Amino acid sequence: MINKVVSGAEEAIKDIQDNATIMLGGFGLCGIPENCIAALVNKGVKGLTCISNNAGVDDFGLGLLLKKHQIKKMIASYVGENAEFERQLLQGELEVELIPQGTLATRCMMTGYGIPAFYTPAGVGTEVAEGKETRVFDGKEYLMETAFNSDFAIVKAWKGDTSGNLIFRGTARNFNPMMAMAGKITIAEVEELVPAGELHPNEIHTPGIYVNRIFKGEVFEKRIEQRTVRK
Amino acid sequence: MLTKEQIAQRIAKELRDGFYVNLGIGIPTLVSNYIPKGVNVVLQSENGLLGMGPFPYENEVDADLINAGKQTITTLPGTAFFDSAMSFGMIRSQRVDLTVLGAMEVAQNGDIASWKIPGKLVKGMGGAMDLVASAKNIIVAMMQTNPKGASKLLSECTLPLTGKGCIQRVVTELGFYEIKDGAFHLIEIAPGVTVDEVKSKTVGKLTISDSLKEMVL
Repeated sequence: MINKVVSGAEEAIKDIQDNATIMLGGFGLCGIPENCIAALVNKGVKGLTCISNNAGVDDFGLGLLLKKHQIKKMIASYVGENAEFERQLLQGELEVELIPQGTLATRCMMTGYGIPAFYTPAGVGTEVAEGKETRVFDGKEYLMETAFNSDFAIVKAWKGDTSGNLIFRGTARNFNPMMAMAGKITIAEVEELVPAGELHPNEIHTPGIYVNRIFKGEVFEKRIEQRTVRK
Repeated sequence: MLTKEQIAQRIAKELRDGFYVNLGIGIPTLVSNYIPKGVNVVLQSENGLLGMGPFPYENEVDADLINAGKQTITTLPGTAFFDSAMSFGMIRSQRVDLTVLGAMEVAQNGDIASWKIPGKLVKGMGGAMDLVASAKNIIVAMMQTNPKGASKLLSECTLPLTGKGCIQRVVTELGFYEIKDGAFHLIEIAPGVTVDEVKSKTVGKLTISDSLKEMVL
């Protein structure tokens, strides 16, 4: 089997340079590649274009890269939890492209499926439709949306093996499988890294062909954004 | 006049046995507290889960298990997890029977605005544009006026749209409206509310049903 294992986050992101386009998995703070984000902060790369559903919170997730002004452009669907984000946006320090969540997910998926464009009803008649080709099917109008072109995809999985096969857990799956398929280089950080053969082939969500580098993350804080309990 | 909880309670009466339901953030989330006895519904959370259970007890909290509002939740017997692309696949292909969401403005032609106040507030549309563009059965749950007291039921939306001509029903603290023939058609009025009060808080065209009823919760 091909061995995809690298030593850690630092090695995994070693060739991410200034002005790179990076996809990052996660929904809110759930299922985000926190080890690679920390390594990107340490490395100090700048001018990044980040494609991610959300932009983290002020002191965690992508918020850490925002705080150090390492992100030039953010492509996301919902950014409501981050005051620093809103400040940079309103001050014109940050470029932002907001995309409907289903469109964002499908644009990632289409990249991994090798399909350049697709039609969706989301955003018809809104700002999102400006400048986009539309077409009517069965009497309903749709927008053409295109697959992404991303230098890197960084995802977080629960379990992975040395061949790069991945299994996600609970709602930490979210955007990770589609983004794993969509990077020119895909990096996976996992909670448990096992030898090839130990994961059951029936249970693998992302086949290793999509994954270029894999490592066991050093720390997973797994911060909870809205801890809500009943008594 | 209804409380937010009572708005949710009224909407819950629209649930039917066997419905798959997507509840947005805010008042819509409260609908799950009032599911009528004997009605089995499955809650879809667009971050990748069907069969959302109640909030966890302290010792059950799991960081890998959240809803679309990023709150910790639990699973139920029969719960399924999936990725975000499939989640919106089931929404776009109209497998979800009822969608309840909030709004900043709704217009008499069914337009909705809910994601951006230019120059002031940028939150993003999240899944709302996908939902309103595809769902057949949508109820907007919101207060009838904004925090400044201005009506949110308008002749046309002033804020950037989330979707065009897609809203058919609205429930506020004052009443239950159907949007048809270019007007908000009041079919139920909240207890203790007068038609004049509804009129004073509706900027868009308002019509009153001949069979207007007082709302029963």
